[in-house]
Amino acid sequence: MLSGAGREGTRMSNERIVVVGAGMVAHRFVSTLLERDTDGRFEVEVYGEEPYAPYDRVALTSYFQGKSPEDLLLGEPSLWDHDSVTLHRDAPVVAIDREARAVRLADGRDAAYDHLVLATGSYAWAPPVPGVDLPGVFMYRTVDDVARLREWVETRQRFFNRPVRGAVIGGGLLGLEAAGALQSMGATSTVVEFADRLMALQVDDSGGEALKRLIEKLGVTVRTGAATSEVRADRDGNAGTLVFSDGGEQLVDVVVFATGIRPRDDLGRGAGLGIGERGGVLVDDTSLTSDPAISAIGECAAAAADGHLSVGLIAPGNTMADVAVDRLLGGDAHYLGADTATKLKLLGVDVASFGDAFAQTPGALEVVYSDPFSGDYKKLVMTDDASTLLGGMFVGDASAYATLRPMIGAKLPGDPSAWILPEGAVERPELELPDAATVCSCNNVTAGTIRDAVNHEGCHDLGSVKSCTKAGTACGSCLPLVKKVMAGELEKAGLEVSNALCEHFTLSRAQLFSAIHVAELRTFTEVIERFGAGHGCDICKPTVGSILASIHNEHVLGGDRAALQDTNDRVMANMQKDGTYSVVPRIPGGEITPARLKVIAEVAEDFGLYTKITGGQRIDLFGARLEQLPQIWKRLVDAGMESGHAYGKSLRTVKSCVGSTWCRYGVQDSASMAIALELRYRGLRSPHKIKLAASGCARECAEARGKDVGLIATEKGWNVYVGGNGGFTPAHAELLVADVTDEEAFTYIDRYLMLYIRTADRLQRTAPWQAEYEGGLDEIRRVVVEDSLGICAELDAHMAHHLDTYEDEWKAVLSDPERLQQFTSFVNAPDTADPSLAYVEQRGQIRPATAEERASGAVLIAPARLEVHA
Amino acid sequence: MTVTAASSVASSRVVVCDYDRLSPELGVAALVEGVQIALFRLWDGSVHAVQNRCPFSGAQVMSRGITGDRGGVPTVASPIYKQVFSLLDGSCLVTMDKEPVAGAAADLVVYPVSIDNGQVIIDLAGGE
Repeated sequence: MLSGAGREGTRMSNERIVVVGAGMVAHRFVSTLLERDTDGRFEVEVYGEEPYAPYDRVALTSYFQGKSPEDLLLGEPSLWDHDSVTLHRDAPVVAIDREARAVRLADGRDAAYDHLVLATGSYAWAPPVPGVDLPGVFMYRTVDDVARLREWVETRQRFFNRPVRGAVIGGGLLGLEAAGALQSMGATSTVVEFADRLMALQVDDSGGEALKRLIEKLGVTVRTGAATSEVRADRDGNAGTLVFSDGGEQLVDVVVFATGIRPRDDLGRGAGLGIGERGGVLVDDTSLTSDPAISAIGECAAAAADGHLSVGLIAPGNTMADVAVDRLLGGDAHYLGADTATKLKLLGVDVASFGDAFAQTPGALEVVYSDPFSGDYKKLVMTDDASTLLGGMFVGDASAYATLRPMIGAKLPGDPSAWILPEGAVERPELELPDAATVCSCNNVTAGTIRDAVNHEGCHDLGSVKSCTKAGTACGSCLPLVKKVMAGELEKAGLEVSNALCEHFTLSRAQLFSAIHVAELRTFTEVIERFGAGHGCDICKPTVGSILASIHNEHVLGGDRAALQDTNDRVMANMQKDGTYSVVPRIPGGEITPARLKVIAEVAEDFGLYTKITGGQRIDLFGARLEQLPQIWKRLVDAGMESGHAYGKSLRTVKSCVGSTWCRYGVQDSASMAIALELRYRGLRSPHKIKLAASGCARECAEARGKDVGLIATEKGWNVYVGGNGGFTPAHAELLVADVTDEEAFTYIDRYLMLYIRTADRLQRTAPWQAEYEGGLDEIRRVVVEDSLGICAELDAHMAHHLDTYEDEWKAVLSDPERLQQFTSFVNAPDTADPSLAYVEQRGQIRPATAEERASGAVLIAPARLEVHA
Repeated sequence: MTVTAASSVASSRVVVCDYDRLSPELGVAALVEGVQIALFRLWDGSVHAVQNRCPFSGAQVMSRGITGDRGGVPTVASPIYKQVFSLLDGSCLVTMDKEPVAGAAADLVVYPVSIDNGQVIIDLAGGE
């Protein structure tokens, strides 16, 4: 019996659930419980031994691509702020007292439970070979494992001043992930597999052979059928040589063991719960252990439906969590066993298998396609009459996986080989998924649920279907299929998936962009005659104006274009609520001399403008009247300043920290970089505003990952992040390329921005554009880095044109009497200010008077007092 | 639009500016006996006059809106919150789910416009 001392306080009204383990499955359990426990019946205490909130262990390898542990955190951080949830980090549980219904923490405290959930996961297992505990030998399981591995590789690299020699023991999923991680750190890597093929659980001999060839092409050495008998130390006592049982040897500087996982069932064992023969706490199909007050979910559990074996995949763990929640709330859900279908991208090679991939069903037929040139290997397993799909396996090209996996047990129309021949070789028949088919296996969402969301919940775009059904919100691999099911349903409902810009153009913005580009049109009149109808409107006119500006970079007020521009672009200032404007001169990178600051201050003072520092490290001057804009800009331009384009759908600012020139921590000159970026992309018209930032070190003071393009300095150069947005739907930018030089950074950003400008929808910011781009960021990277579409030269030329033709649009207007005419208050009284303007004083500056203040006569400052003849 | 040949102008009719001063589809504001008016010359040469005050913000800005058409009806969109109004009768065609400011009607007052001898004339009394 554990002592009652130090018990944590309880709220008597609620039932208390204690969750041991704070991994992915624990996260799933808590988020599902919160969502479904609408009466607030339960409160949850989660005890995790790691110092982190639950993170995405499946994505561990992305840690090597520059992601920080915070990026891997699962779901909304606000989950852990919920009143009825408490997350205890660094809090290992050491024992369970079933009689007292309490768990004992390592620090001696107890925590009482009404129901206990074990979600302790598994640990990495290494064979007991000599030398497995030498410095330089690592496991691959936790964020701390990979952090230590990274530190070791970087230290050894500096020490040897040559690429570090790496070896991975284990050629399964984790082993190949680890090999990729070593490569991304600049180490060489050899994969050592005991079995005679890689990924023995997922692919057959031919598949393994194809995988080996594809991976070797990427520079990874593969040794199959090799048993490691010892890790021998070098003279410093670090891992130095791998010794194989056949006597062979290999020199190494770092070794990663990825030889499998074992369930962490020690708490259950200690408490006398039933334990499976090969480990794992035994549970029935309701996730309950032999004690009805204790559930076990995820890899620490051995479920009856899985033959009392622990399954090392996330999807079944999530299902067990959902079942446990359902049962606690009085439901009758069952766990029906793991769907072991997997699709992985290992070192950039797609590997997928599903259903009866090894053709163990009696009479099963295998339809195989193998292409020694591309390296692809594809196989479908069909019933003996070749009509019904039983399973399949893909190595290399797994494009058909998402469509076929839900079709297990269903009839495949036509010749099954259509699905494994290269795409486009034979037309693939249209498949209608059954309602019961699982589309998203991570979150167990069926086609029927998605159809329901479209038909009854009013979800008519991918974003709302995702947030409504949760489909595609975990690994995202099913998104193309989700989109297809949604589009099919919309079409059936007679709801056209319309991309039309407005009633005048049936084309989408992206289509219109290429149409105008190809036809080399220069005026709105030409564009609407050629591709539209009617006379245009406030939607299509600014869009066409922006497209013309993006393509030709001619003055926004030239030709017939002034009438196309939205309010702000038309007068090159930002309209405020009372019809006056704010003025923002460009301050590249936020760097400004005192002399220029003084000019801005004098202008603000002389014109009586309300002055405020913006979020983009520059200065906003409010309350300028239309007819004052040219006078204000004349003084700014004379002092050497130029338009800040604060009014445009275009580059706004490039935020920076001071960087290595002054900062003790800076590793690159981020201020100079920010200025170079701002001068490079200034005036670039785009589908929406664009913001950039450059940080001088990983502390990220410029908040670059909240920007459309963000640079973060590394010892070797810059990590370039893309697709970050603030605003209505915030998003963190994702890594496009790592450790690039200034010049490389410019090249990739040039192409990224041009691709965005050409293909995004009207008013679509980079984050949703990137998410909806076919193939996502990976595909964008292929286009802009590897030139997979062969358009990089054109994108580069387009940006070069922009750079060649840039002019300050305010300076150009000041020297053009005709355009200046547009800056008059009244056509019949050009010197009269708008008499309706009224201001009051606040903190020593002006602000527009409210309706009440106008009515009460409390207006302190009438516009006449602001009249200035500069 | 009516084009009159009369050289004398009735008292409520005010000469505002030369027709040539108006650029196609770029509105201008006029201050006529204390009233602010927005004037638009459209693609077909016609001239339309409406109140300059935007009913949904109270600001005097309609002259700075984008012109166009909705189903063939010539329109102007408020530059503040993007409501769309008919230039023929001033009716608000798109409210953007907003209410006008207190005391304002959603529709715009439209003023009859005539062109005489190259001059734009507005009939203030004819506003409706």
